[in-house]
Amino acid sequence: MTFEAILFYIFSVVLVGAAIGVVTARNPVHAVMFLVLSFFQSACLWILAEAEFLGIVLVLVYVGAVMVLFLFVVMMLDIRVEEVKRSLNRYWALAAAVAAIMAMEMVQLIWWRGRPGVGRGDFAAYPEGYSNTKALGAVLYTEHVYAFEIAAVILLLAIVAAISLTMRKRPGLKVQNIASQVAVRARDRIRIVKMDAEKKK
Amino acid sequence: MIGLYHYLTLSAILFVLSIAGIIVNRRNLIVLLMCIELMLLAVNFNFVAFSRHLGDDTGQIFVFFILTVAAAEAAIGLAILVVLFRNRRSINVQELNTMKG
Repeated sequence: MTFEAILFYIFSVVLVGAAIGVVTARNPVHAVMFLVLSFFQSACLWILAEAEFLGIVLVLVYVGAVMVLFLFVVMMLDIRVEEVKRSLNRYWALAAAVAAIMAMEMVQLIWWRGRPGVGRGDFAAYPEGYSNTKALGAVLYTEHVYAFEIAAVILLLAIVAAISLTMRKRPGLKVQNIASQVAVRARDRIRIVKMDAEKKK
Repeated sequence: MIGLYHYLTLSAILFVLSIAGIIVNRRNLIVLLMCIELMLLAVNFNFVAFSRHLGDDTGQIFVFFILTVAAAEAAIGLAILVVLFRNRRSINVQELNTMKG
């Protein structure tokens, strides 16, 4: 067994364990932490498969941004733990049966029905001096530039949607109304009244 | 010898686990969202493995865009979750004091 194979099995075991932790954790904060662990192990595995750029992106974007967002929301919402515990007891047999059947089917499909001698060996090694990031960047900004721009629009959409969904007007908040401040005129503020001068007695 | 089939098997196990998670945690919306993230991760594993197997970088570009869309999906999903919680439970700020420590 080569060093890479040993690393692969270590990372895979930790990844599967973390995924089981996500599914079975009673406390949602623990589930998010297990999810962070599983994303980190996946990044390690992708780097092991020489997809370095995606591994780094997974750590930076997913662990750094999306999982922190999850953690914020989980901590902000006051979720009852007992409710989750009870539902875990009711459905675990069904879930285990479905999971076992699907796993057996997929493993059978991959290992026994696959073409012989195709996918069992190592991946073909990249040539000397190959840079994964450079290669991805070269096609990302040329061949796939339209998809790249659509991705930018989707991210903008996500920003607008998230802000407009969660923004609310709180009653009783003292804020300036800029429009009415700008639109004000002198005669709204001061009223000059014409009247006769009064005589002093 | 770690190749395509090993990565595909790992991805299948991950996918199946997240399906089991969706069945088990039917009440907890936030864990459902986490299971969907795990599923997307399993799909990304398939893309990376086939990209390396076929020697074609397009699969990795695809993973890049899936990550983008998944991030957008997580942001909007969590925003909907927050609004839902706000409307269904209570708007009382006194009850949202978990972060106070």
